[in-house]
Amino acid sequence: MSSREDILKAIKANKPDLKPLPELPQFPQPVEDVGEAFRAAAEGVGAQVISVNNWDELALAVNERYPEAKKIAHQIEGLALSPLDWQQINDAHQLADLDVAIIHGEFGVGENAAIWIPETILPERVLPFITQHLVIVLSKEDLVWNMHQAYERIGTEIPGFGIFISGPSKTADIEQSLVLGAHGARTLMIALMPSSQNV
Amino acid sequence: MSHAKAATQFNQNQARTGWHDQALWFVRQKRDRQAVTVPEWEDLRELGSQIKGHMLSNMDEYLIQFEANAQANGVTVHWAKDATEHNKIVYDILQKHKVQRLVKSKSMLTEECHLNPFLERMGIEVVDTDLGERIVQLKDEPPSHIVMPAIHLKKEEIGDLFHEKLGTEAGASDPQYLTEAARQHLRERFLQADAALTGVNFAIAETGGVVVCTNEGNADMGVHLPKLQIHCMGMEKLIPRLADLGVFLRLLARSATGQPITTYSSHFHKPRSGSEMHIVILDNGRSNQLGRPDFRKSLQCIRCGACMNTCPVYRRSGGHSYGTTVPGPIGSILTPGIDLKKHASLPFASTLCGSCSDVCPVKIDIHTQLYKWRQIIAEEGHLPRSKRWSMQMAAWVFARPKLYRWLGKRARWSLRLFPSSLVYGPWNTWGKSRDLPDAPKQSFRDWMKKNG
Amino acid sequence: MKVALFVPCYIDQFYPQVAIASLELLQYLGVEVHYPKDQTCCGQPMANSGFEKEAIATAEHMVSQFTGFDYVVGPSGSCIYHMRKHYNILEQRQEVVEVRERSYELCQFLTDILQVEEVGARFAERVGLHQSCHGLRGLRQGRSSERMIADYSLQRRLLNKVSGLELVNLDRQDECCGFGGTFAVSEAAVSVRMGQDRLADHSQGNAAVITGGDMSCLMHLQGIAKREKRPFRFLHIAEILNSRN
Repeated sequence: MSSREDILKAIKANKPDLKPLPELPQFPQPVEDVGEAFRAAAEGVGAQVISVNNWDELALAVNERYPEAKKIAHQIEGLALSPLDWQQINDAHQLADLDVAIIHGEFGVGENAAIWIPETILPERVLPFITQHLVIVLSKEDLVWNMHQAYERIGTEIPGFGIFISGPSKTADIEQSLVLGAHGARTLMIALMPSSQNV
Repeated sequence: MSHAKAATQFNQNQARTGWHDQALWFVRQKRDRQAVTVPEWEDLRELGSQIKGHMLSNMDEYLIQFEANAQANGVTVHWAKDATEHNKIVYDILQKHKVQRLVKSKSMLTEECHLNPFLERMGIEVVDTDLGERIVQLKDEPPSHIVMPAIHLKKEEIGDLFHEKLGTEAGASDPQYLTEAARQHLRERFLQADAALTGVNFAIAETGGVVVCTNEGNADMGVHLPKLQIHCMGMEKLIPRLADLGVFLRLLARSATGQPITTYSSHFHKPRSGSEMHIVILDNGRSNQLGRPDFRKSLQCIRCGACMNTCPVYRRSGGHSYGTTVPGPIGSILTPGIDLKKHASLPFASTLCGSCSDVCPVKIDIHTQLYKWRQIIAEEGHLPRSKRWSMQMAAWVFARPKLYRWLGKRARWSLRLFPSSLVYGPWNTWGKSRDLPDAPKQSFRDWMKKNG
Repeated sequence: MKVALFVPCYIDQFYPQVAIASLELLQYLGVEVHYPKDQTCCGQPMANSGFEKEAIATAEHMVSQFTGFDYVVGPSGSCIYHMRKHYNILEQRQEVVEVRERSYELCQFLTDILQVEEVGARFAERVGLHQSCHGLRGLRQGRSSERMIADYSLQRRLLNKVSGLELVNLDRQDECCGFGGTFAVSEAAVSVRMGQDRLADHSQGNAAVITGGDMSCLMHLQGIAKREKRPFRFLHIAEILNSRN
C-alpha cells in the first residue's frame, strides 16, 4: 500500500466522531472611521501613509521620498515616472537592482493595515519583495474593517498567488530589536487616492 | 539529559536567566496589548478551537479534498509517513531538477525531520533564510524557540558569529547593522537559488492552497525566483475553508509576536508559468496522536509560540533544555507521544500553572494534558524508583488517618528538635535554597481537641 | 447550613493558625462549622506526580469524610481544584458528585455562597497578593492576565474592603511562584528562581506582607525569603480576613 493509503487509513481509524464546523459570525466594527484606523495601523507597522489626489501628486511624493531611485517599476499610465521597460524583463532575477516598485492594492484592512495583492495585478510575483522600496496605491473607498470581511471580499476566486502585505519587511530576531528591511522592501509607502482617479 | 538537569545548568548564569525571562515576557506583554484591542478575542479562540477540532474529526476527508484541489491547481502532492520518507521525497524532487542550492524559509517541520543535515550529506547547499534560523544554522545549533529561533542569543554573540562567518566588523553588535549584513548575504543566496522550500502555516482544503506567514519576506524572496517551489506541511495544518483564515490570521501574529498580522501572509495556489510547485504532507506520528483521546487536541496547534513566551519555566530554562524540536509546554505534550521514555521528564517541567492553556489561541488544554502524560509516564514505569516508592507510600499513609496523625507528629517533632545541620543536608533539595517552615507544637486537629 | 471545614494536610501539620483563622472567620459569619476529624489529604501531591490511581484510596477516604454536608470549605484553592477537577477518576457515585460540586475554596465560599462583600476586618499594612494558579486559572477566582475578559478578582475584592489595608501593585499580577508540588524539589533550580523573581516583584511594590489563598505557595516563598533574609511577613488570606483588632 502507498503511504497515502496508509496515512488515510490510520486517520480514519483514529479520528474522533465528527464535530460540527462552526459558522463564521460577523463581528461588530468597534471603530467609526475605518480609514483612520487603517492609517493608524499602517503607521503602527512602520508604513508611511499619504493622501494624493492624482498621479502627478503621487509622482511628486515618490520623487521626494526616494530621490536617489534610478530604477522604478510601475504600470500606471499617466504616472510621470519613467517606468521599467517590461519588454526587457524576461527573468525575475533582472529585478534585483530595482529601487522602487509602485503597484496597486486591491483593498486594505482597517484592523491591521494589511493590503490584498492578487497576482493578477502584478507583472511579476517577486516584484513587491525584491524591490528596495514599495509603494502601494489604494483607493480610499477600498477598505474593509477586519479579516473576516477581507475573505468575504476575496470570495473563493483565489488567484494562483495572492498576498496580504502589512508594512515593510521587518525582523526582531536579534534580541527582539525591531529592524525594518529584512529581506523584502525596506520601506512601504501607501498612497491613498480617491477611487475616481485610481484606474 | 533530563529537563531538570539542563535547566539547572541554564540557571547557573543568574543574570542571563533573568535576561532570557525578561526578553520573552516582553513578547508576552506585546501579545496582551494586541489581544486586548480585539473585543471578540475570546470568541476567536473558541472559533479557532472548534474549526481545528472539526478538521481533526474529518481529517482524512479534508486531506483528500485538499489533494484534489491542489492537483487541479497544477500542484504535485506527496505523502510521507515519517521523516525518512519526507526527506527522500524532497531529495528526489531536488535531484530531478538538478538542484544544487536550496533556500529555505522557516519550517519547524523540516527541523523535526532533520532535513538540512540529510540534504547536506547529499551534497546540496541548504540556506535557512529566516534571520533567526540563519543565525542558529551558522552557529550549528537547533532553534530554541519556534517563532524566535535565536532568542537565546545575545547580540554580541551574534556579532561575533557574523564577524567570523560573514565578515562583519569585529565587535559590531548593533542589530540594525547585523540585519543589514544578513540581508546582503542572503540576497545573494536568494538570487543564486535553484529551488525554494517553505513550511506551511495553513493548508486550505477548499482551495488546495497553502498560506505562509513571515515578517521578513524571505518565503516570497525564495519562492518567486527559482523554477521550483516546495512546501512541507504537517497534516494538522489543514483548515476547511478559505474564510477560516479570517479567524486564524487574526489570532496567529497577535499571539506569536504581538503584531496585528505578520507583514506577509502569502497564499500559494498555483506555480508560476514554467515553474513547478510541490506540497509534501507529513504524518510522522500525527495519526497516532489523533488516536489518543486525551491528547489529540494538541494537534490543533498553530505554532504561535505563545505558550513558550508565557511559560514561567520555559522563560527560566531556555528552549534547548527541552531537547526537542518544539520546546516548551506544547512540545512537552507533543513529544511524549513520539518517544515516551526519552521525553519522560518533559511533562514534569511545569508547575501546572495553566498559563499556557489560557494564552493558547486555539484553546489547547495544555496543562491538563501535561497532567495526563504524567499519569502514563508513572504507569509505564519511567519514573525513578525512589519517587514511585515515596508516592505509593504517601498514598498508603493518607488513606490511614491514625498513621497520618502519628507520622505528622513525628515529623513536626523532628523538625523542631533536630539541629539544622541534620535537617539541611545534601539530601534535602528543598532546603538548598529555602528554609523549611517552623514546625508548630500542635497540629490543627490537636488544637481542635482542646478548643473545638 | 452545615459546612465541613477541610483542612489540607500541610496546613493541619505546619500552619494550624490558618485553619483556626478559617474556622473563626466562618463562625464569625454565622456558619455552622463541622470538622471531620479523620480527614487527611486530598491526594493532589501523588496525582500531580503521576500517581493518580494510587491516590484513589486517599480520595475515597476524603469523600467518606465529607459526605453529608451542604458545603465543604477549605483554605486552599489548589486542593479544592484538585477535588473538583481530578476526582473524575473516582466512580461517580452520588456522594462523589456531591462532594465535588459542594467543595469551595474559602474566599469563593464567602463571595459566591455567603455573598459577603466585607468581613469587618482591619489590617493596616501594605499587602502583596499572590494569586495562586489553581485558584486563579483552575477555579476562575479572578481574571488571569491571559484572558481578554472583564477584569475581576474575588480575593482582591475582599481585601479591598479590609480597613487600613493597601494592596500593592505588582509588575506581573499572576505569575506562578514556582512551587508546583514536587516540582519544587524535582526542578529546584527553576522553582527557586521563580520564587525569587516573585519576591523581587513584591519588593518593588513595597509590600510588607505577602498573602494568598494557598499556603503551599506561601511556604515556598517564605522559605526563600527567610533564607535570603528578606523582611516580608507571610499570612494566609484567611488570617487577614480574620483580623479584627
